[in-house]
Amino acid sequence: MHRLEEIWITLSVGLLLVFMLIIGYQTFALGMGPPSHKETIDPQEVDETEPFDDPGVKETGDNEYEIVMTMQAFQFTPGDIEIPAGAEVTFTLATKDVTHGFQVAGTNINAMVMPGHVQKITHTFDEPGEFLILCNEYCGIGHQMMSTTITVT
Amino acid sequence: MFNVRKLAWVGFAFMLTGTALVAVMIILNEASVLYTFYPPLAAHPFFYVGLVLLVLGIWACCFGVFINYSHWRKAHRGQPTPLLAFFAMGVFVLWFFASIGITIEVLTLIPWSMGLVETTNVMVGRTLFWWFGHSLVNIWYLVAASVWYVVVPKLIGGRHFNEKLIKLVVILLVILNIPGGFHHQIVDPGISLSIKYLHVFMSLAIAVPSLMTAFAMFAVFERAGRRLGGKGLLGWLKKLPWGDVRFLAPMIAMIAFIPGGAGGIVNTSNQLNQVIHNTLWVVGHFHVTVGMSVVMTFFGICYWLVPYLAKRRLTAKMNRLGVIQTIIWTVGMVLMAGSQHAAGLLGDPRRTSFTTYGDHSTALSWIPYEYVMGMGAVLLLIGVLIQVYAVFHMMFFAPKGETEFPVAEAEDGAAPAPMWTERWGLWIVLLLMVVAMAYVVPIMDFILNAPPGSPPIKTW
Repeated sequence: MHRLEEIWITLSVGLLLVFMLIIGYQTFALGMGPPSHKETIDPQEVDETEPFDDPGVKETGDNEYEIVMTMQAFQFTPGDIEIPAGAEVTFTLATKDVTHGFQVAGTNINAMVMPGHVQKITHTFDEPGEFLILCNEYCGIGHQMMSTTITVT
Repeated sequence: MFNVRKLAWVGFAFMLTGTALVAVMIILNEASVLYTFYPPLAAHPFFYVGLVLLVLGIWACCFGVFINYSHWRKAHRGQPTPLLAFFAMGVFVLWFFASIGITIEVLTLIPWSMGLVETTNVMVGRTLFWWFGHSLVNIWYLVAASVWYVVVPKLIGGRHFNEKLIKLVVILLVILNIPGGFHHQIVDPGISLSIKYLHVFMSLAIAVPSLMTAFAMFAVFERAGRRLGGKGLLGWLKKLPWGDVRFLAPMIAMIAFIPGGAGGIVNTSNQLNQVIHNTLWVVGHFHVTVGMSVVMTFFGICYWLVPYLAKRRLTAKMNRLGVIQTIIWTVGMVLMAGSQHAAGLLGDPRRTSFTTYGDHSTALSWIPYEYVMGMGAVLLLIGVLIQVYAVFHMMFFAPKGETEFPVAEAEDGAAPAPMWTERWGLWIVLLLMVVAMAYVVPIMDFILNAPPGSPPIKTW
């Protein structure tokens, strides 16, 4: 192969390896990996299974909260949540019917919620404000109405 | 000899019937499950039957190409395959192996949607879907790339790039392709971070052949431009036939693949994926890659392929119309894709009907971008109408004459590709090994540690 081709291919592969190093460092050293919780649940028995038999906001530590939430076409339970500023919030999520997407617009909270699988995602809400929670995976005729809010005070 | 022509027609009939069945079910509102049809959203069983027919049709065409290829090889022992035939082989090998995962998924969904089986494993279904879902667009991309490598150099009065590199790009795109779909599952539950990290690597690897393509194409342009008298660092650019729609459309398509590919790297990178997953950013991404890189190349092809097939000529007037059409399409796509990327970063979700979420201020902040999307869409509609007119005109009304099917030749004295590039058996084994590396662990995990399954659900 031509010398320039070799240089170009080396640069291309090198660039990707640098990418991999950065992504790997962020994922494994800084704990910034994508939501990947591994825990299963009977998708037809969500309401009867702990902790989803009692959805709601639970204080788990000093300004640390767990929000146990169920999703179904086309609502989030509980809705209209309030938490204090600076709170570290872990959302524990399960769906009672089809696949939903859990997104809080304006944050990096973005996770798939699949039937049969419990999903978890953690975020620290530093800024006060009313954030929009929405379903970002098509889930049926009312998908575009599936939303609620989380207010940080 | 086996009649390949008949096989292709059989394939076409299967695909047509399958598509009709699927479309009828969608129109009857029995299958509002979108392109991904994620279970437990359950469509009418005929929807899945239609998909099976579609796949059978594709397979018939795949085997037609495989038979033709082996026939040609037997009749031309010791000769490397012509480039376009080599691309065709790559495209159909990819079609065949990419469609295996989704075929398994659809076959399990038929009895489930009929009520013969009570539940289905949704994560297995979703994973099998993405075994196919992203390779599909790469199949289109590979077809477009065949035109960039083989046809465009001829149109600009140049020669094609080193045959060995071109074939290597095809081989790499075929071998590495299938696991690329996994990046659609980066924010899924039930898949460990290390598996996801492996998949980031496997997806990013596909960027390598694309970067090689960028190098090769610009080398071809520079050589041709300099041969035509282009001077200085960039003088060769001016020598390219910008006023020729057959060149202009695929050229803009290629340039669009630079931001398109960069966006793809964003989408496949763990943390960045989490920012843009299921937002309009992704829609913007495939408007650039499919709407520009692939579709504009296909538009460009029309301006020589249709006259060639109809034994007519491309007139100067039609060429001018084609240039206008290309510009309208480009502006439309830039507006559409640009605003979608921006709105997506602000959180605007994809695959969602128009909504303001009860006039929430965040959702209202997306509206200006949605206006720009609308403007882009109007331009694109005008572009489509012109394109349809152009195709009909060139097919039935353009002046009679001879049109060339442009196929570039190698540089004088260039070495042919080495014969090892033709070892498709080996490439298929490597493809299967890559697929196994990517999928055995997560799919076995989903099956062995499966939660109770999901019954069919209709939410529309």
